[in-house]
Amino acid sequence: MDLDLIMRTTQFLGEAALMTLALTAGSLVLGILAAGAIVVARLSRWTAVRALVAAYVSVMRGTPLLVQLFVLYFGGPQIGLTLSPFAAGVVTFGLNIAAYMSEGLRGAILSVDKGQTEAARTLGFGRLATMFHFILPQCAALMIRSLGVNAVILIKGTALISTIGVVDLTYSAQRIMTSSSQPFEVFGIAAAYYMLIVFGLTRIMRLAERRFALPDEARA
Amino acid sequence: MNLDFSVVPPFAGALAIGALWTILITALAGAISLIVGIGLALARIYAPGWIRALLAVPVFIILGTPLLLQLFLVYYGLSQLGLRLPAFFTGVVGLGLHYAVYNADILRAAILSVEQGQYEAGRALGFGRGATLRHFVLPQALYRALPQIGNNILVLLKDSVLVSAIGIMELVLSAQLAISRTFRPFEFYISVAAIFYLINLALEWALARITRRTEAMR
Repeated sequence: MDLDLIMRTTQFLGEAALMTLALTAGSLVLGILAAGAIVVARLSRWTAVRALVAAYVSVMRGTPLLVQLFVLYFGGPQIGLTLSPFAAGVVTFGLNIAAYMSEGLRGAILSVDKGQTEAARTLGFGRLATMFHFILPQCAALMIRSLGVNAVILIKGTALISTIGVVDLTYSAQRIMTSSSQPFEVFGIAAAYYMLIVFGLTRIMRLAERRFALPDEARA
Repeated sequence: MNLDFSVVPPFAGALAIGALWTILITALAGAISLIVGIGLALARIYAPGWIRALLAVPVFIILGTPLLLQLFLVYYGLSQLGLRLPAFFTGVVGLGLHYAVYNADILRAAILSVEQGQYEAGRALGFGRGATLRHFVLPQALYRALPQIGNNILVLLKDSVLVSAIGIMELVLSAQLAISRTFRPFEFYISVAAIFYLINLALEWALARITRRTEAMR
């Protein structure tokens, strides 16, 4: 084992980890916002809107993430959409994970007993007020849990950005693996950085989940 | 806007061959993920403590890191160890092992969900430990795990494109060859997405059918 190589790799991959972190953060924000919009659209009164959004979710979940990235990044310029590799990554990863997140959010909303909606409407609350005062408080913790699961999938998915030349953790690790002939050490260090990011994110999500938990959930 | 999908049909044959490779890779990796997954699930339940502790390390790493990075490790790592294996083999095995870990989680829960009485019945009838597992516990567990394993195979199908990064022929790579000659990335990647969507639909339909057929076995 070459201690000098390990030191240099740790430092070098540390910088790449910041890129992975930035990519994750950008995609996560876009993903959560888009997922919220999708859920609202899926609860819409208009059939056409519901069908359109359902088709979007189905296509995003039914095709490979890498192909989606290539369509946007390589194919985009042909339809007048030229993006930097980083921006293409944020948009692709964000819009892709939004489709998965929206399913989790929708499931959480549907998990609340229908009687709650009926009770609120009977008491004279409107559709929006019912959602914000009755339904969402009851399923917020469940929503955050499913967001957390998807966020971990997102972190690992950002590795695909290395295929379009963004210097993230996977890109740097691959370059050092080829040049150093120490693939196991390099993988170990990159893996440690990934798991650090996953660990950090799950901790934050856990705290948020506890903050929004109902009294009986918090005790359990 | 400058799109012309008429560039795609001349490469239909090449794309079809790429699609067949994708299906083959998915089938082989899927089989590995199931077989290794069963072994891993059994080991996590019945193996001695030190083996379980030893297995927890690779499981933890596989769950916590990107598949693409794992494929690079298998690709560069095996040749570092002096094993010169064809890229196709390393890609399929890497993909299979990754999903074996996910399948093992499901199978472990399914095996534990089979009533203890089934195991005791097998032993009481004179079957050995192994035979009881094979003939009584595992079949019931497999049927119960089927829907979720099917889900994993659908995810595996879409992740199979990642082996293109280590130069293995499949649908994305065959599209890239066509793009290098036509300079039409949009048309070809959209076509690839459409083909994947169709394969995905067909597989989803088949899995739903199998799941429904075996409903009574759960």
